Amino acid sequence: MGDILVFVEHRSVSLREVSLQIISKADELATKLAGRLTAVVLAAKADFLPSDFSSRADRLIVVEDERFSDFDFTAAAEVISKIIKEQSPHLVMMGHTPWGMDLGPALSVRTGLPLSTDCVDITLDGTRVKTVRQLYGGKLFARVSFRDDSKGCIITVRPGSFPVAASCGRKGELVRIENAANLPASSSRFIEYLDTGAGEIDITQAELLVSIGRGVGEKERIEEIRELAGLLGGVVSCSRPVVDRGWLPKYHQVGTSGKSVKPKVYLALGISGAFQHVAGIAGAGTVIAVNKDKKAPIFRVADYGVVEDLFAFSDALKEELGK
Amino acid sequence: MDIIVCVKRVPFTQEVDLEIDKSGKSIVTDGLAYVINDWDGYAVEEAILLKERIGGNVIAVTVGSEDDEEVLRRALAMGADRAIRIDTCGRSLDGLVVAKAVAAAIKGFPLDLVLTGVQADDDNQAVVGIMLAEIMGLSHAAVVRGIEPEEGSLKVRVELEGGIDEIRQVKLPALLTIQSGINEPRYVSVMGIRKAAKKELKVIGIDELGLSEADLALATEIEEVYLPPETGGAEMLSGDPSKLARAVIEIMRRKGVAV
Repeated sequence: MGDILVFVEHRSVSLREVSLQIISKADELATKLAGRLTAVVLAAKADFLPSDFSSRADRLIVVEDERFSDFDFTAAAEVISKIIKEQSPHLVMMGHTPWGMDLGPALSVRTGLPLSTDCVDITLDGTRVKTVRQLYGGKLFARVSFRDDSKGCIITVRPGSFPVAASCGRKGELVRIENAANLPASSSRFIEYLDTGAGEIDITQAELLVSIGRGVGEKERIEEIRELAGLLGGVVSCSRPVVDRGWLPKYHQVGTSGKSVKPKVYLALGISGAFQHVAGIAGAGTVIAVNKDKKAPIFRVADYGVVEDLFAFSDALKEELGK
Repeated sequence: MDIIVCVKRVPFTQEVDLEIDKSGKSIVTDGLAYVINDWDGYAVEEAILLKERIGGNVIAVTVGSEDDEEVLRRALAMGADRAIRIDTCGRSLDGLVVAKAVAAAIKGFPLDLVLTGVQADDDNQAVVGIMLAEIMGLSHAAVVRGIEPEEGSLKVRVELEGGIDEIRQVKLPALLTIQSGINEPRYVSVMGIRKAAKKELKVIGIDELGLSEADLALATEIEEVYLPPETGGAEMLSGDPSKLARAVIEIMRRKGVAV
C-alpha cells in the first residue's frame, strides 16, 4: 500500500530535470504514505544517472535496450503498463512533457487507472491523492479528486512545480529487467532532434531584452519595437503567440518551448504572462512589465509594473531617450 | 487520405475576468463569447491542407449541444466535407468518456488520420486525443508542429522543450495532437459559413452509441475552483507616459544596463 512509481525521462544521454523534481515530490508523498518509491529508467544504457540517484528511490527498475536510447512510445508503454499491473502502485507519476502527454493518457486507457494531468500540486487526504491543476490557461485553479482510486491513479506533473530535494536517503535497490527483446514492434521511429533555436541573434546572451507578446497586435508594428530596442541597446524577443502567428522566427521565443533567458533587465511589452512564458524568465535579473490589462498574470511575477498601452509607452520611452 | 478532425467550442476568456458560480466548481458562463478552441483551428487547417495536397475526405466531429454546431459549421466552411455532432444527452462528460464516444461514433469509418488540438483552452487537460488513439488502436504522437506525408507513414515534427524538435516517423493509421503555430488557419467569412450550411451535419446521441453506464462513468471530480492566489507581485509605477518612461530608464540604469 502507498507505493509510488515514477517514470524517469532522459534526452541525449542526460537525465531530465523534471524527473528530479517529480521524484523529490514523490519522496515526500511516499514518506507520508509509508510506501515504497520506485523509479523506472528505460535507456539504451543507464550510465548517465548521477551517482546519488539511487538514493532517491527504494527501488530502481532499469530496462536497458537500444530502443530506449530515445523515446519509443510502444516499447515504453508496454514495459510500464506491465510494471503497473504487477506492482499495483498507489500512485504513478510522470512529467506533463511532450512524452508524458503521449504516455499518461495511453497508460490510463491501458491500465484503467484514472488520470489527472498537468498538475501543479499534489496533496494527501488520508491516503487519498488529490491534485491541484489550472483551468483557462491559469486564470483559475481547481482541486481535483479521483472518484475511484481504489486500484491507484496516474498523475502528470507540470515541469517546474516542485523543487529538487538535496538527497532522499533511500536504499536504492537495483532491479534489472532483461526481457526487453519480447517487446512489440514500434508504431513510430525516432529520426533526429532539431535545434530550432539557431538564428541570427542569440537571446540567451542579451543583457537587455525588449520582449513582445500578443499585445503588439500586428506584424507591421514590430518595427516600432525594433527601433526602441535599437535605442536602448537591447535585443528583441517574444512570447509564443508572436511566433505562432509567424510575426517573428522561433529563435526569438522565450519560454518552455523556446529559450530560457537571463538578461539583467527583461522588458515585457504586451505579454500576458502564461506559465510557459514565465518559466523562461526565471533567470532574469529584473522584470519590468507593461500591459494595459491591470490583471495580467505577468504583474504577479514582474518586479515593476506599468499599466499602459505598449505603443504609448514605447513612444514615450523613445522620446525620453532622444532628449 | 481519410481524415477525422475533432473540434471543441470553448468560452473566450482572454482579458476576461472569470467569476466563480454558486456551486464553487465552475465559472459563470453567461455573457461569455464562444469560439473554436484555438488548437483545434490549427488541426482543422492542417486536415484541409493535407486534403488539398494529396486528396481525400475530411470529417469534423464535436461532442456537445446544439450551440456547439457553430464550430462544426466553421470547420465545414474551412473545407471539411461533412460533420458529426455527438449530443451529450444532458450528461456531464470527462476526457475519457468523450474519447469513448468519438471512438464509438466513427467506428468502421475509412480512416487514415485523426487530428485533434493538443489541448482545450478551457480545461487544459490534453487527454482526449491520445485516449481516442489508444481506444482505436492507432499510432499516435502528441504536440505535433509539422507533418510530412510519406508512403504508409507520416514524418512528424514533435515540439519538445527548450527550442528542440524531434523528428519522428509514425505509421498510419495514426492520431496526432496538433500544436498551435503549425500553420495559419484560413479566414472564414459569415457568407462562407452560410454557404457551408448545405453540407451534411449529422447528430447522434451519446446514449445511442452502445456505451454502458460504466463507460459513461466519470473518473475525476472537481471539488472546488478558485482564483489564483495573489502573490507579492510587481511594484506598480504610476504617472503619465513620460514619467513612466523616465522611471523605467532609471531602473534599467540602476540594474546595470547602459541606456
